[in-house]
Amino acid sequence: MDYVLLTEQVLNGFQLGIILFLMAAGLTLVFGIMDLVNLAHGSLFMIGAFVGGAIALLTGSFVLGVILMIPAMLVIGVVVEMTALRTLYPRDHLDQVLATFGLILFFNEAVRLIWGPEGLVVPLPDWLDGIVTLGFGITYPVYRIAIIVVGLLVAFGLYLLVGKTRIGMLIRAGASNRTMAGALGVNIPKLFTLVFGIGAVLAGLAGLIITPITQAAIGMGEDVLILAFVVIVIGGIGSIRGAFIASIVTGLIDTLGRSFLDVLLLLFLPANAAESAGPAVSSMLIYILMAAILFFRPQGLFPPKGAGG
Amino acid sequence: MSEAPNTSRPEALLEAEGLIKSFGGLIATDNLSLEITRGEIHAVIGPNGAGKTTLVNLLAGMMRPDAGHIRFAGRDITRMSAPARVRAGLARSYQITSIFRDFTVLENVMLPVQAAQGHSYRFWRPVARDASLIDPARALLERVGLGARVDIRAGDLAYGEQRQLEIAISLATGPSFLLLDEPMAGMGQEESQQMIAFLRALKGDYTMLLVEHDMDAVFALADRITVLVYGKVIATGTPDAIRNDPAVRKAYLGEEEIA
Amino acid sequence: MKFFAPLRNRANMFTALVMLIFAITPFVAPLIGESFYITVFARIMIWGIAAVSLNLIMGYGGLISFGHAVYLGIGGYTVGILAFHGVDSAWIQWPLAIGISGLVALVFGAISLRTRGVYFIMITLALAQMIFYLAISAERYGSDDGLNILVRSDFGVSFFSLEDKMTMYYTIFAVLVASVLVSWRLVNSRFGMVLRAAKSNDTRVQSIGLATYRYRLTAFVIAGMMCGVAGLLQANLEGFISPDMMNWPRSGELIFMVVLGGMSTLFGPVTGAFVFLMLSEILASWTIHWHIIFGPFLVLIVLFARGGIAGLLTRGTRRE
Repeated sequence: MDYVLLTEQVLNGFQLGIILFLMAAGLTLVFGIMDLVNLAHGSLFMIGAFVGGAIALLTGSFVLGVILMIPAMLVIGVVVEMTALRTLYPRDHLDQVLATFGLILFFNEAVRLIWGPEGLVVPLPDWLDGIVTLGFGITYPVYRIAIIVVGLLVAFGLYLLVGKTRIGMLIRAGASNRTMAGALGVNIPKLFTLVFGIGAVLAGLAGLIITPITQAAIGMGEDVLILAFVVIVIGGIGSIRGAFIASIVTGLIDTLGRSFLDVLLLLFLPANAAESAGPAVSSMLIYILMAAILFFRPQGLFPPKGAGG
Repeated sequence: MSEAPNTSRPEALLEAEGLIKSFGGLIATDNLSLEITRGEIHAVIGPNGAGKTTLVNLLAGMMRPDAGHIRFAGRDITRMSAPARVRAGLARSYQITSIFRDFTVLENVMLPVQAAQGHSYRFWRPVARDASLIDPARALLERVGLGARVDIRAGDLAYGEQRQLEIAISLATGPSFLLLDEPMAGMGQEESQQMIAFLRALKGDYTMLLVEHDMDAVFALADRITVLVYGKVIATGTPDAIRNDPAVRKAYLGEEEIA
Repeated sequence: MKFFAPLRNRANMFTALVMLIFAITPFVAPLIGESFYITVFARIMIWGIAAVSLNLIMGYGGLISFGHAVYLGIGGYTVGILAFHGVDSAWIQWPLAIGISGLVALVFGAISLRTRGVYFIMITLALAQMIFYLAISAERYGSDDGLNILVRSDFGVSFFSLEDKMTMYYTIFAVLVASVLVSWRLVNSRFGMVLRAAKSNDTRVQSIGLATYRYRLTAFVIAGMMCGVAGLLQANLEGFISPDMMNWPRSGELIFMVVLGGMSTLFGPVTGAFVFLMLSEILASWTIHWHIIFGPFLVLIVLFARGGIAGLLTRGTRRE
């Protein structure tokens, strides 16, 4: 048993989970509170990568890119919400799926128009580009640790925001019973815009912080989006806690599955079968997990409670 | 839950024994036992929150009880799915009208006729020319009083007509037992009288459990009445016995006087 | 029975026109020097078959499957993989393609139909993605580069060969007509009534004694098989299969075609496929950035023309 590899992959899984969580948190908030299925959430991921990456390349500072991306994404999110998405709230889910699918096409093409089909390469600043020794002969890239740390900070921040602040209380009220909250004087349209804005920033952050590793590319949001949906379905729609747990679990299973499944399969299958089945099954693993969970609990692990859903 | 011992009385068509159902901390059905004799109209009354609709849902199979048994024609149906209970002869109607709004009135009744016939995996022959469905449906609709309205879209019917259609759909499955959940709901004086007359005419062909608020209807129709308060049966008996029962009077204190 | 009475409906007239175009193209196109339209329309017809199959479960069953393109892939890959291993006989390829599509639909349906609403949409999407990734990981069969199919399905008779362009085209046409016919009979049959009623009021259907889950699952399998046929035809026509046949944007496009043509109308999926793909071709010839127009166009259709083309054409002639 190669413990160095195992630790490395566990950390990688954790890091993937963090990225998924940033996506899933916004998605589950928007879905839980506004009952909006937003397929274009992946586009926000991509836009954050390109806008933030462009700023980083322009100013020469990755950190500046991250900092300036936040207000940029907030503005973009608010504009998208107020122009396109507001009309979709009263519509049924099919309409929302179709309309936001149209938005994906639009955004992918817009990005291609502005930045060309090749995408953006965003280099890491030197001070983040190192390896750190964690002891026991285990080394790990500094940047990935940074991702995990940032992600945990954001998770903690969300926990404080939603659980401990007045705005958070309004958000939870809106999630629990929108009509009632509205009747009690909460400005629902403003609340929705705010929630969407938060989601956009989170998605943009996820997109930007992954670019030094994977590059900013057109359509990069779609694959992550599907995983994020799997996460929120497993975790239960509307639940940030569920999204966090499901994200980490998903990230770990996906990463560890890819690394170790062929080893595991060797216990049951002859060598060449395990070798070809390995990558095939590992890419399906997370969907098999989702299917299994939904089979026994069609509402997810932490189903939404209360009326107004 | 184990299989219930067969202690049913031969004349009892539907029996509930020790039913318990709670939602979180709320006990909706509290050790409820009930027994409906074949051929009778048995009314269930009680103040709001008494658990009447929960009882209907338990008997119809939309919910499973936490404890207790239900027997239909001597058979334990506690674990039976809702569709299976209907096929066994136990039909229900809904308090809030539940019809197929985009289908015509005729189609609304053709479907339960089809369900009763049991041949729904037919993929080729058009239903619109199937006399074995159309004829019984027309006949039933005549009986219910909707004979002139068969080609109207169900959603375009007047409220009272929709309630009639509601019952017609339940009747079309050819049940032996009808669970009627507030058939008078939302009806005016004249419509109620018509419905009462109609239900009275059904007596003898069907055994009925009638959940109702409308006391005129209850006393006009019921052979026996059960009174439910907070999920518990506090009295069962003939209309006269119930009228004079002190516990029932107490439960209805502050509500309208029982005539 | 008045056969031509339905044609007085403007939407059906439009469809009749489209079908006529399909029917005469192989003769007319070479005459006007635009032979490539034969291939274009063959492609559109295949999408039409897939859209008809989706309309069965979506328009009439109310099941919004965001993973329906997966059956195009399964039909295509069955043919492709068999051809790769030297099995060219249509008598083996086609039944297997249809059978496997049905089997996968049975499994996927059994899992998905336990959920409703948006959960259903997401789980069908995810399950389809699973197969998509499976195809990508299959290095032997081309991975994401895809696989060429050198020989079309062989029926083993000299007078009927799919290698002949006209035979291929009219086989697709015949299957399209057959799929619309099947859809028509199915929707109006006893089975179809149950399916449509369950879409309208599921609880009531259960309280008249019908277990709706089983009927939905049956419809799901039938739709999967029909789409598998479209897939095997596509593999034959293009001589090429790749995982992109069944990526999720394809499933999205299928949904759009059905909605664009007019959901839960009989001919809607055909007109929807026709208009959608012709529009894509036209816009693409104007600019490579045609998605930037197409995207908002789709949004506008959803917002303002929910009944699709059928709705737009019949507006004013009949109260809905």
